[in-house]
Amino acid sequence: MSTTTDSKIRIQVEDFSVTDEIEAMKKVSRNIGGITTFLGTGRELSKGENITQLNFEHYPKMAEKKLEEIRVQAIKDFGIIDMSIIHRIGPIEIGENIVLIVAVSEHRAETFKACEWAIAELKRVTPIWKRETTSKGEVWVQDTP
Amino acid sequence: MITVKFFASLKAIAEMEEKQIEIESPISMDQLSDIISKTSPKMADIIREQKIMISVNQEMADSDTIIHDGDEVAFLPPFSGGS
Repeated sequence: MSTTTDSKIRIQVEDFSVTDEIEAMKKVSRNIGGITTFLGTGRELSKGENITQLNFEHYPKMAEKKLEEIRVQAIKDFGIIDMSIIHRIGPIEIGENIVLIVAVSEHRAETFKACEWAIAELKRVTPIWKRETTSKGEVWVQDTP
Repeated sequence: MITVKFFASLKAIAEMEEKQIEIESPISMDQLSDIISKTSPKMADIIREQKIMISVNQEMADSDTIIHDGDEVAFLPPFSGGS
């Protein structure tokens, strides 16, 4: 299932289409000449353990608010035209999409910087938590590599 | 009345997700810890040891923040969003 809406900040259970999200951002301006995306996906191995499933929880309202602050700050600090941030919650299978950041601008340089900063800031300030299920049981991840 | 929320690993420690607490006047974070310690002593220890982050009305707060009637206080373990 794929969901695309007009909102540039979304936290949702449903998967998203990277192509659809990029196409949506291309419509923001005819001056876009560079687009950088960061796509985070569920990996199988964590600290030597095989993960069978991930599960994300968030603090509704506050998490969306933090993502919007990141978006606004990225536009201001890096001079990009716009940014969208989508994060999934709930159960995530290995290999599935988790988070997508799309930075669009006139030129490429600022989109690389904005994207890298945004994912680091997301991990630092956004109340979203990851629970990993392995053969040994379930554990809440408390660090952000 | 204030609303206190616990997230992720803290739900198991507090043995609840949410709690409504009646307050007659503004209280400090220490006073809130005392109230929580009556039902969840382990959770109160974690708050006092400042091992977690606290938000009030979805804004980051600290141990000096005063809590008023109607506030929503959330206890937040270290974040791990992203991938």
